[in-house]
Amino acid sequence: MSAALPADPFPRRAWPKVAGVLLAVYVFYACAQMEISLERVEVGLHNAAHFFSRLFPPNFSRWELLVKGLLESLQIAVLASALGIVLALPIGLAAARNLMPAWVTWPARVVIVMARSFHPVIVAILFVKAVGFGALAGILALTVASIGFIGKLFTEAIEEISDKQVEAVRATGAPFASVLWFGVLPQVFSRFIGFATYQLDSNLRNSTMVGIVGAGGVGGTLFAAFQRFDYDYVCAILISIIALIMLGELLASAVRAIFIDNATLRDFFRRGSTRGLEPVVADD
Amino acid sequence: MLTLRHLAKSYVAGKPVLTDIDLEVGAKGITAIIGPSGTGKSTLIRCINRLVEPSAGEILFDGHDLAKLSGTALRRARRHIGMVFQEYNLVERLTVMENLLSGRLGYVSSWRAWRRKFPPDDIHRAFELLETVGLSGFAHRRADALSGGQRQRVGIARAVMQEPKMLLADEPTSSLDPKTSVEIMSLLAEVGRSRKIPVLINMHDVELAKRFADRVIGMSGGRIVFDGPPAMLSDDVLKQIYGGEEWLK
Repeated sequence: MSAALPADPFPRRAWPKVAGVLLAVYVFYACAQMEISLERVEVGLHNAAHFFSRLFPPNFSRWELLVKGLLESLQIAVLASALGIVLALPIGLAAARNLMPAWVTWPARVVIVMARSFHPVIVAILFVKAVGFGALAGILALTVASIGFIGKLFTEAIEEISDKQVEAVRATGAPFASVLWFGVLPQVFSRFIGFATYQLDSNLRNSTMVGIVGAGGVGGTLFAAFQRFDYDYVCAILISIIALIMLGELLASAVRAIFIDNATLRDFFRRGSTRGLEPVVADD
Repeated sequence: MLTLRHLAKSYVAGKPVLTDIDLEVGAKGITAIIGPSGTGKSTLIRCINRLVEPSAGEILFDGHDLAKLSGTALRRARRHIGMVFQEYNLVERLTVMENLLSGRLGYVSSWRAWRRKFPPDDIHRAFELLETVGLSGFAHRRADALSGGQRQRVGIARAVMQEPKMLLADEPTSSLDPKTSVEIMSLLAEVGRSRKIPVLINMHDVELAKRFADRVIGMSGGRIVFDGPPAMLSDDVLKQIYGGEEWLK
């Protein structure tokens, strides 16, 4: 027997254990409540097998409709991103507490929080009701989402900048706008590009979905195909959406490579990816 | 040229950092401010161009009381005061040329600054200055690609771009090695001499102060406790400024 320890070296509190037990109990309860049982899963799997067999082979015979929908989705995504980026820049700037007085940051923060409160589908429904069916509702809905996302992250990026660089520009007697151009924006520009390209990516994905609630794009076609049980056409649409998203991702990483890693377009196509590109400076 | 009267600053009420500073700085020459860390040297320098708001007192410079200025008038006054920082405070992601030209921001409208449309004279001067500070060929390097000594040269060049009537330097050599420190001090002295403007420098290094300054201000506990030529900096005076005596042996 070793001597008694002078004190417990790893004191543990009891409540994490209690919380774990409670969570396990709730999971069982919820399963029982919703009648999720092994039989239910089995029935579901049979159904899935049937469904998946009907997806293939994909049917591209109505490709004109498909291309029209995809192009509309692409337009919704690009327009919403452009509009969202342009609006998020001043709103994000206005919400930064290290640059602006409270009476400016509070309204800007409220705008950003409101833009982030709802899922794009809910916002899209609101806009369909407000401005009618079609792409405009989709564009507005995704613009709101873009303002929320880019605005919030941009504000945080500005609040993390080095005050020293700003102080030096202030000391030259620069007017406030020039302090922003020379002291603040250079510090956050590359991160802003990062947020914007990420949002473009996300808008592209969401633009294929807002059509389900009538806000334009390929989502409407997809939804109609589902309702008519045209599962082979559904498959064709899904494959096309995957291709569109991959294209968007390629575009976004090209933009990032050019703005953030100072690559040229030629570098990008030669290497095929930004990985392995020599950064221009060590801390990038 | 610069007169401080009863200048005081406390960041927290009841805990003064600067107490009743009276100081007159002539039209030229190097004035070094020495003193232990935390004694308010940086605060004093920053009060002069109002990067820090003084709590009380007057800052008479060039016919104005800087302590009373605000808005455009304050910006106009700041244009004439160049400042060099301990950590260089360059805008890291801008090029050397952009950093230099940011010294002209007080003279150029924001709209022109945004489009990088600086007057050709400014650009000529920027290239000349780069040569003066030994960085010709570095114009298009990004500031974060430079070494400490090179950055401080850019920092000085940026301040000189303002065509200042006075140069402030807040511990300009504290982040540099001894050799580079001497080079930077020589450059600051040269700028002051050739432009016939006063240079006010905070420093830690007493030997450097003795070597370059025409006048030394000793501060302790937020007050000026010594004011005289470097030759008068005896051990007794240093004891009074920094306290203790073991370190002097």
